[in-house]
Amino acid sequence: MTEDARDERRPAGGLEASVMAALWAADGPLTPGQVQAGLGADLARTTVTTILSRLHDKGVVERQRRGRGFVYFPVQEVQDAHGLTARRMHTELDRDSDRETVLARFVAQLNPDDERILRDLLESDG
Amino acid sequence: MTALLLLPLLLPCALPVLARRALARLAPAAALWAVTLCAVALAGCSLAALGAFVLIGLLRLPLFAAFGEFIHPLHTASALIVVPAAATSVGVLAVCCWTLVRSVLRQSRAFRIARTEAGRRPAAGDLCVVDSPRPDAYALPGRPHRIVVTTAMLRSLDGPEREALFAHERAHNEGGHHYFLAAAELAAHCHPALRPVRTTIRLAAELAADEAAAARVGDRRLTARAIARAALAGHAARTPRPDFAAAATTGPVPQRVQALLGAPGRPRAGRAVAALLIACTALSGAAAAAGLVDFHHRVEVAQGEETP
Repeated sequence: MTEDARDERRPAGGLEASVMAALWAADGPLTPGQVQAGLGADLARTTVTTILSRLHDKGVVERQRRGRGFVYFPVQEVQDAHGLTARRMHTELDRDSDRETVLARFVAQLNPDDERILRDLLESDG
Repeated sequence: MTALLLLPLLLPCALPVLARRALARLAPAAALWAVTLCAVALAGCSLAALGAFVLIGLLRLPLFAAFGEFIHPLHTASALIVVPAAATSVGVLAVCCWTLVRSVLRQSRAFRIARTEAGRRPAAGDLCVVDSPRPDAYALPGRPHRIVVTTAMLRSLDGPEREALFAHERAHNEGGHHYFLAAAELAAHCHPALRPVRTTIRLAAELAADEAAAARVGDRRLTARAIARAALAGHAARTPRPDFAAAATTGPVPQRVQALLGAPGRPRAGRAVAALLIACTALSGAAAAAGLVDFHHRVEVAQGEETP
């Protein structure tokens, strides 16, 4: 299947990240089909289901039975240390300006004119 | 001799303009390498020149002249120039050392925190999600590399845009951009003129990651939209506070978006600016080396081991 061939080229960690991101971005629990629709990548439904159960095994995703299948949602209060340390690290690095010097951030702070310029650019792009 | 040693102190002043040119003319990844290497070399040469001034001044003092077993007086420029130059250099070097050590300590602390946390078992692949109402995302280098993204950031982007964001952060990690940022930071503490160069290096790293992300997701517009949307979301979420120093120029984010929306552009001929960067580095290195060799020769003469 061509879809599987495409899936195999991506590292498994990257797929887990994408699926996890889709779950966090949603307002409520998602079925594998909804996760598949919310992903940026073209993934086979079976692949999404496999990744979801792997994430469930790791304990970072909860699931509930709904109808014939499951709905999945991220574990909010992570009992394993990882989510907590990520949050602690975030506040720790946020405290001073050092983070600016060593960590590459996705977007820098906008200055007052930037917002207008950005909106113009987005609009002209259609 | 003194004039030669002034050159490595003056040349860094030309780098901010050259660096901006290089970024405009060269491919971002090439500009990142070229400007960072040049900044580090110029910083090293300017420190060497300052050190030489200090040594020259010290050896004019009778105590150190005796210590150096001089049998002739050291032949240098007038003491009226040499001694104040040495005193100034001592001060400047002390400030440099202090800020350098502080910066190294802070950076290694931030890296240590990052590494410790990133070394733990992954939550989902390389992604660390932080539940926070402020949209934010950054690359977290370490073993293994991680990307940290807040829930607010994930929610302000759609699926394909999130892929572009992940590709951007992974490009930072895979490209080792944190080494360039750290080098830029250190160079900025060595010479005040290298401070604006740090901003250029940061922008070069972002542009390089943007290009890599666009290539990875195969869509420049999508990447541009993800960056713009993330920036606007972050801007809206920030509590309004008085902006005392509104920048006169466009900030880095619109520049990045513009670069992605523009033609996938073959960079304009960058040979001239690359040659200028190399010339600048070579001149600084040669001047520092020649100054030091000449100084060494004069010391040997003063010690009676060589004839003038």
